[in-house]
Amino acid sequence: MAKVHVTTTINGEPSEFLCEPNDTMLDALRGPLGLTGSKEGCASGDCGACSITLDDRLVCSCLMLAVEAEGHELGTIEGMAQGEKLHPLQQKFLESAALQCGICTSGMLISSAALLQRNSQPSEEEVRFWLAGNLCRCTGYDKIVRAVLETAADMREQGIKEAAQ
Amino acid sequence: MTEIRYLAPQTLDEAIGAFAAAGSAARILAGGTDLLVQMRAGVVRPGLIVDIKKIPEMTGIEETPDGGFRVGAAVSGMVLAEHPRFGKVWPGVLEAINLIGSKQVQGRASAGGNLCNGSPAGDSVPAMVAAGAMVTLQGPGGRRELPVEQVPAGPGRTNLKPGEILVGFTLPPRPPGSSDAYLRMIPRTEMDIAVVGVGVSLTLQGGVCTAARVGLGAVAPTVLLVEPAAHALIGSRLEDAALEKAAAACSAACRPIDDKRGTIVYRTKVAAVLLKRTAAIAARRAGGN
Repeated sequence: MAKVHVTTTINGEPSEFLCEPNDTMLDALRGPLGLTGSKEGCASGDCGACSITLDDRLVCSCLMLAVEAEGHELGTIEGMAQGEKLHPLQQKFLESAALQCGICTSGMLISSAALLQRNSQPSEEEVRFWLAGNLCRCTGYDKIVRAVLETAADMREQGIKEAAQ
Repeated sequence: MTEIRYLAPQTLDEAIGAFAAAGSAARILAGGTDLLVQMRAGVVRPGLIVDIKKIPEMTGIEETPDGGFRVGAAVSGMVLAEHPRFGKVWPGVLEAINLIGSKQVQGRASAGGNLCNGSPAGDSVPAMVAAGAMVTLQGPGGRRELPVEQVPAGPGRTNLKPGEILVGFTLPPRPPGSSDAYLRMIPRTEMDIAVVGVGVSLTLQGGVCTAARVGLGAVAPTVLLVEPAAHALIGSRLEDAALEKAAAACSAACRPIDDKRGTIVYRTKVAAVLLKRTAAIAARRAGGN
């Protein structure tokens, strides 16, 4: 079968790869692109472990064909930290032990970041509904939800400080 | 391995030509939240995938000069929610579409796919039926329009002709005092399939209901337009007697299945309860318009 050549942007960097027409974006990320931070849990769009952004909208990379990436901008967990500097959500997840086995974590972080980008002051209920598509079998969710709420508060405070400077 | 091809045409004519030529082996790709799962499960093995998201007509939202809306078949729930006006005019249609799956699924799943998937429990369909939406279909034989309720033919089946593609939805202009609502019953709070779904769209003038439509989902082989329920509401002030009559009409229209998520008796009863609750929400919203 002839492979398809795809040109796209991943975490702000121009990128290209070859794939089969029926490969999922998750296949391409974890295969030719070597970006294994996105995980495969269910491969049917239920668990959210493969969450990425497509033109700033949250999607499951297992429910997207790799060929569909042509001309679009993708964001994966590998683009979240700035070099050695962790994103505030990543730092808070570490500090508050909002993870155990870690399989769901990259998806949780990508989803939470997409929420905070749209809503800087989410309620607990909004966080729980937003993360309904990210399953975690270890934590019972409570530490994750609290970490997201605390990060939102920290980022708001930081925003106020930066605005005052 | 079966040869599989992917096409992302820029025009509708090109899409229809390729889709019709490939016959039953071809599948349309909008959000892919059903198709990719079916492919993964081996239920569907398409020879050709036609991605319609590069066709402007399929991905656009347009408010027409008369106050109606045209929504492309491939517009995702998230994109529709981001539209500044759509959710104000059609809050019930929007809340129905935004109940489909997770935020990740919302980023991809479309009302067009939800309708063409042919599930009796598709959440957007009863709300679209209540809204009086028309769909535009285009195929090798030309272009035609159908009311949404005439699209489903049974579980997993539609009345689209071979080679036809659903292009989009047209929602009518709204007179003052109009609004809509959608409620579904699920055993949990999120991420589930409707046991019963009810869409109500109505117009109130001086407290009197002058127009109404009721769509009912997950209680029959297809989503239903329940005209007797609408007739019970029209001309009333939505007083208890009228609501009871409309609720009874919804129960009477039910032809549900028994399954693990709900029995026939339960679904039939819940259809009546949801009609009353949904009509109340639509009426409250209409009062503000």
